[in-house]
Amino acid sequence: MIEVQGVTKRYGDHTAIERVTFSVAKGEVLAFLGPNGAGKTSTMRILACYMPATEGTARVAGFDCFEQPLEVKRRIGYLPENPPLYQELTVTEYLTFVGRIKGMNAGELRSGLARVLERLALGSVRRRLIANLSRGYQQRVGLAQALLNDPPVLILDEPTLGLDPKQIIEIRELIKSLAGSHTVILSTHILPEATAVCQRVVIIHAGRIVAEDTPEQLSSRLRRSEKISVVVKTPPPDLADRFRALPGVLNVFASTETGGFLLECDLGRDLREELARFVVGNGWGLLELKTVSMTLEDVFLLLTQHEEGMEPREDGAEEARQETAPTQEPSST
Amino acid sequence: MTPVQAIIAKELRTAFVSPIVYVVGAVFLLIYGFLAYLYVVNAGSQAVRLMQLQGAAPQLNLNELVFRPTFYSMAIILMLVLPILTMRVFAEERKLRTFELLMTCPIRMNEVIIGKFLALLFLYLGMLALTGIVPLILATYSSFDWNPVLTGYLGLVLMGALFLATGVLASAMTENQVVAAFLSFGFLLLVWLLGLLGSVLGDTPVGNTIAYLSFIDHYDRLVRGLVDSKDLIYYLSGIVLMLFFAHRVLDSQRWK
Repeated sequence: MIEVQGVTKRYGDHTAIERVTFSVAKGEVLAFLGPNGAGKTSTMRILACYMPATEGTARVAGFDCFEQPLEVKRRIGYLPENPPLYQELTVTEYLTFVGRIKGMNAGELRSGLARVLERLALGSVRRRLIANLSRGYQQRVGLAQALLNDPPVLILDEPTLGLDPKQIIEIRELIKSLAGSHTVILSTHILPEATAVCQRVVIIHAGRIVAEDTPEQLSSRLRRSEKISVVVKTPPPDLADRFRALPGVLNVFASTETGGFLLECDLGRDLREELARFVVGNGWGLLELKTVSMTLEDVFLLLTQHEEGMEPREDGAEEARQETAPTQEPSST
Repeated sequence: MTPVQAIIAKELRTAFVSPIVYVVGAVFLLIYGFLAYLYVVNAGSQAVRLMQLQGAAPQLNLNELVFRPTFYSMAIILMLVLPILTMRVFAEERKLRTFELLMTCPIRMNEVIIGKFLALLFLYLGMLALTGIVPLILATYSSFDWNPVLTGYLGLVLMGALFLATGVLASAMTENQVVAAFLSFGFLLLVWLLGLLGSVLGDTPVGNTIAYLSFIDHYDRLVRGLVDSKDLIYYLSGIVLMLFFAHRVLDSQRWK
């Protein structure tokens, strides 16, 4: 449904995104994850036909964003980073205006308006001036605008910005309910959001895509070692060294006051059984034994910190790609 | 409702929510009323003077004593007032990022520009219609030739529309409303001075060309009651050209 092929965007000397390539299948929800200034908004603006790419092609629903912008615009709902609201209009007036410039007729507008007011819980404020609404309501009016004509493709730039925790959960539920019937691409720098809502995550950093996969696979494939957490009731003082001496254990981190140890072990090798036998056999009292999987947060930090402190884009990004390349292979098929 | 109509409706709605239209309209009508009153009083005192000299009530030409000077003064007032009316039209949309909404909806840039221009024109026509009270009052107490008054109003409509189109272009060029207002005011003043330069150079090819470029000569003929297709074409092509430039400016900004 969305195909982005080698898209580069330059503002004068500054390169916002470089050779970005990805695609989103029909009915899929994709998260665009990255720190602020990574190029998320630029990519979304290109997809929404707000600005043309310097190089490369972007296609939405089979139409080229540069060649046939009107066809693309008819099929998308776009929520920009700052919700584009006319402060001096009421919610209903605003949504009516948006519906009209989206080419909806009176009947479509009536049903569309009723639907978004209900889904986004805006009914109680529909006669109020947008200027007088709280940030959370304004954000939801922005979302209502994108959903108004029920477009098949939704491009949402930070859809939960400025909402309170309860509203965030509601909007995530809403986006999840769109999956299947709608193709959604949303950007965020909040990691749990990506895990909660999306089937696939694209991590973008400094204008380049550094990883792309499901949230689960991303965290599993970027582990360099298996991590096992062990809690022992009465550890002998030299237990850390004894653990280290075991075959397959690479490193041991100990926290003596709780009796907890974090063991880094060879990749692809499950040492839990041997460790259990080892601890129980010596009579130290095994309280807890479990593998620790990396959260998406760890993955994100790992990927985006690689380039920190390195020289500008050119060689820094090359290096980052080489580092991720070997681990990409096993899971990409 | 077509997209252009939707834009017009929204522009008029937001215009009447903001205080700008009320302030601009009030100041415009106040100055217009004051000027018209001034010229009427002047005509009256001339009549008194003539009566003392001749001993009989003279036949005064209101067209020459009241309407013509009022129309000339209007050109300058509009130059000051209309940039204030047009300054927010695109500058505000860009500043508040609502322009991004317009550009990602299935509506063409020229539909947006035409809709906004027409909304401004309607506002201006409304202001102008209210000034009609002066000739109506004068018509009940005296008689004058309506033709130059009507062609003068045609001139006001055309010249005002050109000012509005210039203002739309200026507003498209910047995010700052004050800069937009000053740009259009400065440009209009320059073009007006160009007309003075043309008349200084006199009846030479260069002088005539320069005079043709300024809006003031064309307006002058309409105020004197002459309707020439040359003048109408000048205003209409000027309006189209300004709106076309506005389109180019807005389009080019997307590439930056």
